Amino acid sequence: MTLDTVKNATETPDVELPWAALGLKEDEYLKIREILGRRPTGAELAMYSVMWSEHCSYKSSKVHLRQFGEKAPQSDAMLVGIGENAGVVDVGQGYAVTFKIESHNHPSYVEPYQGAATGVGGIVRDIISMGARPVAVMDPLRFGAPDHPDTKRVLPGVVAGIGGYGNCLGLPNIGGEVVFDACYQGNPLVNALAVGVMKHEDIHLAKASGAGNKVVLYGARTGGDGIGGASILASETFEGGTPTKRPAVQVGDPFQEKLLIECTLEAFRAQLVVGIQDLGAAGLSCATSELASNGSGGMRCDLDDVPLRDATLTPEEILMSESQERMCAVVEPEKIDAFLAICEKWDVTATVIGEVTDGDRLEIFWHGEKIVDVDPRTVAHDGPVYERPYHRPSWQDALQADAPTAERLARPATGDELRAAVLQLVGSVNQADKSWITSQYDRFVLGNTVLAMPEDSGMIRVDESTNLGVAIATDGNGRYTKLDPYTGSQLALAEAYRNVAATGAKPLAVSDCLNFGSPEDPEVMWQFAEATRGLADGCLTLGTPVTGGNVSLYNQTGAEAIHPTPVVAVLGVIDDVTRRTPMAFAEEGQLVYLLGTTEDELGGSAWAQVAHDHLGGLPPKLDLDREKLLAEILIAASRDGMIDAAHDLSDGGLIQAAVESALKGGQGLRLIVPDGLDPFVFLFSESAGRAIVSVPRSEELRFTEMCGVRGLPATRIGVVDGDVVELQGQFTLPLAELREANTGVIEALLA
Amino acid sequence: MTARVGVVTFPGSLDDRDALRAVKLAGAEPVALWHRDTDLHQVDAVVLPGGFSYGDYLRAGAISRFSPVMETIIEQAKAGMPVLGICNGFQVLTESHLLPGAMLRNNHLHFVCKDQKLRVENNTTAWTSDYAQGQEIMIPLKNMDGRFTADRRTIDELEAEGRVVFRYLDGNPNGSIDDIAGITNAAGNVVGLMPHPEHAVEPLIGTGGTDGTGFFTSIIKRLVNA
Repeated sequence: MTLDTVKNATETPDVELPWAALGLKEDEYLKIREILGRRPTGAELAMYSVMWSEHCSYKSSKVHLRQFGEKAPQSDAMLVGIGENAGVVDVGQGYAVTFKIESHNHPSYVEPYQGAATGVGGIVRDIISMGARPVAVMDPLRFGAPDHPDTKRVLPGVVAGIGGYGNCLGLPNIGGEVVFDACYQGNPLVNALAVGVMKHEDIHLAKASGAGNKVVLYGARTGGDGIGGASILASETFEGGTPTKRPAVQVGDPFQEKLLIECTLEAFRAQLVVGIQDLGAAGLSCATSELASNGSGGMRCDLDDVPLRDATLTPEEILMSESQERMCAVVEPEKIDAFLAICEKWDVTATVIGEVTDGDRLEIFWHGEKIVDVDPRTVAHDGPVYERPYHRPSWQDALQADAPTAERLARPATGDELRAAVLQLVGSVNQADKSWITSQYDRFVLGNTVLAMPEDSGMIRVDESTNLGVAIATDGNGRYTKLDPYTGSQLALAEAYRNVAATGAKPLAVSDCLNFGSPEDPEVMWQFAEATRGLADGCLTLGTPVTGGNVSLYNQTGAEAIHPTPVVAVLGVIDDVTRRTPMAFAEEGQLVYLLGTTEDELGGSAWAQVAHDHLGGLPPKLDLDREKLLAEILIAASRDGMIDAAHDLSDGGLIQAAVESALKGGQGLRLIVPDGLDPFVFLFSESAGRAIVSVPRSEELRFTEMCGVRGLPATRIGVVDGDVVELQGQFTLPLAELREANTGVIEALLA
Repeated sequence: MTARVGVVTFPGSLDDRDALRAVKLAGAEPVALWHRDTDLHQVDAVVLPGGFSYGDYLRAGAISRFSPVMETIIEQAKAGMPVLGICNGFQVLTESHLLPGAMLRNNHLHFVCKDQKLRVENNTTAWTSDYAQGQEIMIPLKNMDGRFTADRRTIDELEAEGRVVFRYLDGNPNGSIDDIAGITNAAGNVVGLMPHPEHAVEPLIGTGGTDGTGFFTSIIKRLVNA
């Protein structure tokens, strides 16, 4: 085996390289040759191929994602925006919060446990890289049909993986979503969110500056796991036709990651670090090229110094390995001993593998020979950008025309029919209690969890002395987005925004995970273009900038793409967590108010799915100004003690929310259909911009006056009372019967 | 005088800061102890916190038991120093043979996190004197390997000597023998339990109750009156 050095590449310009097998297009390969002025070495080709992949370069989505910057609302809260490992938001009192959501969809289908576990690990390292202590995680999940045998394989594995990693890492899991739909059968969505807290002065960015500064690789040893394309390269070009089969899914070690967190934060506190970058997708290729291209100079690394788990790895494999729990730090020479001492204290392996140079090249050596000599910016930032063609799907009009009118879908009319429909809804798998899943996650660790699932948002105390806190919610509705991608992504944003406000926190910023099918399908690309446009417009109106996120494309099996599923996370701040609003209706005698306007809007609804397996029509209309007003009312009412509980209305409509609040509080409800509303529409419509609240009688006048003055419709719909949910003149449902229907559903599925 | 209560941090300890907070809220002086340090810094009592020390590799608690700090703790516990082991700390105590028995994987094979009702079966230990005998308390439970087990003779001995300190109520969450949630040594200074009292010390956080505070006020009274 000859080592493919830079010298060798120059001397042998005609050697064929397996660029196509590495996923590069011909024009991309030619561009690499043009950039280098010669053919790339095997190692260089490996680096470009992985850094120019869809996953790392966002080549199909970039032209659409630019809107998040171009349309970004003016916000004083933004400290660090898109482009860094994670965005950073000012939450006051000198604190900054960083949060981000990412996908780990494909690995989680191949190997559910490790795929989901390493998804948690990766997003947590993004948070540490910014200088923040991670304080919580969340997991929005989508699975295939509940009765499909493969769901029984994927779901328990994913849940155990998230729990196994997050619990062992000591991060509370405070929320997320679980949705089942046949469209996710071959493409489950496993998104992971992490949030971290730091002081303003502790914000760190990924850059390598200062010639002579040392590049330290620390954490786990580098092994052969997670090598995708590189193993093809290694086998076809360098190993004489004896391919090495290595797992393309990484394997996680949360214990190592916990040590990495403590070690990194201690090094930050001691001010020993100039720049830092976690090793995620594309491993060392990504870390070295990004650190160098964001800094002022170049970088020189010796791969011989990388600690290995497997001594037979080739230099290409070392560059490509996605072994987990590794970080790369840039440290001044005089501080290197102190840095290594902290790593030793935490039993973390740390090795100097190179240094920052005053040139502008990234040079990598193996056995003393130069195998990489590139401008790091061309690897990290100058990847291809595609203007993929897109057009409105041919079936879109027919889908939207198939509205769930009373003529099209039979609606329950009598009290008995309504009663049966309610039981069917609350017992359906998407509306059922999810505690079989959430009880496998530690929500208590760190001792700052104020609210956790099934509350509208998760809430974490940031400061024990002042009670400052943050709230986060994630939402997404693929059914709505399929019907209308523009409105659907805005509805996801609005729901997360509303959920944060419902707990009493002021929404500040957004992170998104955009899960779609293949960008090479113009109809999918149209969904993507419309959804990003909707989200950017929505964020502008609501005043909540997108701070970062992730795009996951190619979620499709054959010609069948998933429902377009933008998952939106909204982060909010609350000055005093003792004022938070829970969802449980727990005080007998309190009045139940419906805030907002209810119309006949059943397109994409949970009822249409549960009762008729129907998807058609248009999703609910959205009025973002109304959403803002509703949020302001919910926050003011929480701060001034006018409401004791609140719950947002979304999928399943009013009755789903009312039943959840009643079951959580262990109190019944007597409800009355407001004048002019059809009972069925009142119960099941999914009109946006609504919430239900429970108001102490002593506060009723003050609360309704506030709503009246601000112009928010507030309708008294009942009272907290007894141990049944009753709709006057229609039906009575004992709490016990509702609980029986609502719980044990997931267990039964997996049995 | 103020009682000094140490909390050990092993690599992989997770609830160490929570335990330090609980000690402080109860009015004692919290002291962080490091696993490599044999010196206990004049603490009057020690808490071994929850977590996954050493990643639970080999067996939960099996590696921590050999850390330098444990040598001193084992020696002093035998001499009467109060020690509380919570969850992973309980596992370390059984691996150290300061308490009998062992923990197996939960019988349903899943991690479980829930609010758990317990009955205080013995309020004469160093860590339970502030509870009433038979008092029912709500304490968060969260673990993967929480199924307490021991041979029949050991169990009979524990029961006969009143050394079962806590029992699960309203359903056994992990398959523990005789619903045992926590036990003590013969002298009553060493107590181990699977649920997490340090997560039940503030009305706002966790279960929303403060039923766990009694552990820490018990030990303060014991130390201050000693």
